[in-house]
Amino acid sequence: MWRYMGRKLGIYAITFVIAVTINWMIPRFMPGDPVRSMLNRASVSDPEALERMTNYYNEVFGLETPLHQQYFSFWSGLFRGELGISSMQYPEPVLDIILRAVPYTLGLLLPAIILSWILGNHFGAFAARSKGLDNSLLPFSYILTATPYMWLALLMAWAVGVVGGFLPTSGGYSLALMPAFSWEFILSALTHWVLPFLSLFIVALGGWAIGMRNMIIYELEADYSNYLQALGAPRRLIRRYAFRNAMLPQITGLAVQLGTVIAGALLTEIVFNYPGLGSLILRALNNNDYFVLQGTFLFVIIGVLIANFIIDIIYVLVDPRTRVQMTGGAS
Amino acid sequence: MRTLRLPAALAAVALIATACSDEGGDSGSSGYPRNETLYTTGTAWDPPTNWNPIMRGQYAVGTFGLAYEPLFHYDAEANDYVHWLAESDEWPDESTHVITLRDGMTWTDGEAIDAEDVVTTIELGQMDVSYSNIWDYVEGVEATGDLEVTVTFSDPRPQEWMNWAFGTPIVPEHIWADKSQEELTDDPNAEPVGSGPYVYEAHADDRMVWKRNDDWWGAEAHGLEMQPTYIVDVVNASNEVTMNMLSNGEVDLSNNFLPGIEQSIDAGQLTSFYDGPPYMQSANTAWLVVNHDHPALGDAEFRKALAHAIDLDQIISGPYSDLVDGANPTGLLPQWDAYIDHELVEEEGHTYNPDESVALLEDAGYMDDDGDGYVETPDGEPISLTLEVPGGWSDWEEAARVIAENAQEVGIDIQTNFPDFGLLVDNRNAGEFDIVINNERQLSNTPWSYYDYLFQLPVRDSQTTVNFGRYENEEAWELVEELATVPADDVEGAAEVTSRIQEIQLAELPAIPLWYNGLWSQQSNDVWTNWPSESGYSGYATMWDGWFQLGAIRTLAEIELAE
Repeated sequence: MWRYMGRKLGIYAITFVIAVTINWMIPRFMPGDPVRSMLNRASVSDPEALERMTNYYNEVFGLETPLHQQYFSFWSGLFRGELGISSMQYPEPVLDIILRAVPYTLGLLLPAIILSWILGNHFGAFAARSKGLDNSLLPFSYILTATPYMWLALLMAWAVGVVGGFLPTSGGYSLALMPAFSWEFILSALTHWVLPFLSLFIVALGGWAIGMRNMIIYELEADYSNYLQALGAPRRLIRRYAFRNAMLPQITGLAVQLGTVIAGALLTEIVFNYPGLGSLILRALNNNDYFVLQGTFLFVIIGVLIANFIIDIIYVLVDPRTRVQMTGGAS
Repeated sequence: MRTLRLPAALAAVALIATACSDEGGDSGSSGYPRNETLYTTGTAWDPPTNWNPIMRGQYAVGTFGLAYEPLFHYDAEANDYVHWLAESDEWPDESTHVITLRDGMTWTDGEAIDAEDVVTTIELGQMDVSYSNIWDYVEGVEATGDLEVTVTFSDPRPQEWMNWAFGTPIVPEHIWADKSQEELTDDPNAEPVGSGPYVYEAHADDRMVWKRNDDWWGAEAHGLEMQPTYIVDVVNASNEVTMNMLSNGEVDLSNNFLPGIEQSIDAGQLTSFYDGPPYMQSANTAWLVVNHDHPALGDAEFRKALAHAIDLDQIISGPYSDLVDGANPTGLLPQWDAYIDHELVEEEGHTYNPDESVALLEDAGYMDDDGDGYVETPDGEPISLTLEVPGGWSDWEEAARVIAENAQEVGIDIQTNFPDFGLLVDNRNAGEFDIVINNERQLSNTPWSYYDYLFQLPVRDSQTTVNFGRYENEEAWELVEELATVPADDVEGAAEVTSRIQEIQLAELPAIPLWYNGLWSQQSNDVWTNWPSESGYSGYATMWDGWFQLGAIRTLAEIELAE
């Protein structure tokens, strides 16, 4: 068990280092210069003042040191929990900006991923044993799962928000409120949350339902099912065994799908102008803000790795065969 | 049912998590009542982080205009200055300007506004801040009374000086006098103490909130009663989001270009200044800026041929669907009509005429000898030009394609390229480009600001705000300097100088004026109404920086609650 965990952790550590390195490299090899675009906005006309300010900000952001030094100071900053200072929201620390956005993204992603997975699996299993459902709702699921997140988001914003006027289509909370711990604010945050959540939830739901339905059908035709049936076991029991076995590939699927769902969430946020990491990435890109960009991606990387790790552990817990393989491999 | 308990619990946790997601800001704020709040968008592109009026272009929307104010405003329609913080001013001789402030004005922290504040503001210009060049021509500034400031000039340039006086916020001496250079540029000034009709209320990453200053001196002095108690300026989002907010009445005013907005205006859902084309007032001129270091573009005849080749109507009716007007050949805005020499323009101005363009090219020796369809220089060198506009500026991208096609039709090889904005600015400032479109100079109190933009000398290694094309013409620049010395209220005297400048401008065409970019302003009338319009009150409905002192501040007093 511990050897298994150690090996997994080792792989994650290597992935982390590579991902962080790429993440550090990309903005630096992008065309454009954050200090320049910052000063461009200030329209400094005096060339001497411009020169002085360029040097000053290069020093603030540590851009005047050689690349390899920038790389190592990035790592050492990382372990101290420092991600540098934002150039677009100068002089605010990157970490503060990101921490303000993270709750919105998590608040969208976690419920959307977990609920769509649980409900999708149950719905798929249910559909597999009912011809009617199988023929009517599943084709619909195929359409859903093939829908791009962003397109569904635009459609929902238009239909529910603009034409229907039921729900707000942009922002994280009402423009008339400032964040406060009051019922009014909570209610407002909730109503703003519904549409982005739904557009993520619905697309993901279709995919899980189809996967589960196919797996159940496969499992019901497996030898052990036939054998149980021949023994005269109740159908309920057979289904429960089939469901358990069908769960395993779905868990692996969850780990694989995580990246796609996060990418979808980032786009959905932009459509709804939801103040999470997706909108932040877009803004940082538009302003050449390396520091926010790499900080945001770092959070996404860490998030994906942690989630994958948790899924690995769950897999060990739910699948006895993995445990046997690990402990009983010697015997 | 047992299986549903987990999802339900998770959902509840998630809901609470989202709800508590923000650390408490202003506790107990119960919101801004809709009928007391004006919602605006389209001006800010970044979260508000800075209220420092010295750092132009970085401060939050409204910092200059709502919170800080200049000495003078300018009424472009009447071509006249409006005394703002100043009650009166006079020029006892040509190198002395005496400004008297109004009595009884206070900063929002209760201190009186007096002559020392103005002296301090002018002296800040001795530091390396962005308006430092006034000390090129200012000799000294002195408080000659409690409310009287005397400015003396070593090189009197009234037009240029008034451009500064109308475009610079006065800051309180008791806060700004002792700041070091670094504090001046780096201080976010999170608690702005200004003189204006609004004070800082709150901000978040996506909005800036101002609250009315009920003790504002201008309520009495100007008879202006600001209608909205709160102004919430929302950071610009995508066009779709803005359109949704406008049509839902969540936002009252949007000041960004929205393609296809004319359909909503025609349908009566939104309003703009004009009911029909061009819908918007003119705000600035979009110029085709060419690099004079290029062998062909450095030749006036070639530039003229290019100017004659461009079919502006195709751009205006195409990418802009009639939301803009074509520019006068001088590029001066309609508000500056008095400074345009119409006879000269009639004779010398360019219009769309591809035949003339081809003839001009032939006369100057630009021929297509190698038969590739494009002309070469008289020396036989091929000419291949790139027109760059910032990537993602869809209206300009479309316009650039039209210009490239037009040019190709007369045999000038122009290709388009849409780089990142920051990269384009770097290359433009360094002079590493062929052709760009630029519209950075806005309407102001004097056409001098446009000629400064076109002709300023000397050309430096990095041209950050003016003369991007690196055009060098001593004679023209001397005339621009002469224009700066014309007394501020002498329109005829100024027009005489601008006429002489236009002679050179039309013969040389250092940059080609294209169209007047609109003062993008689309309003919802759900909550607030009586917006400026051609039939009603004639003003500007905008939150853009630099427009409050052109009269946009009055719009806040003119709008009314819808029934």
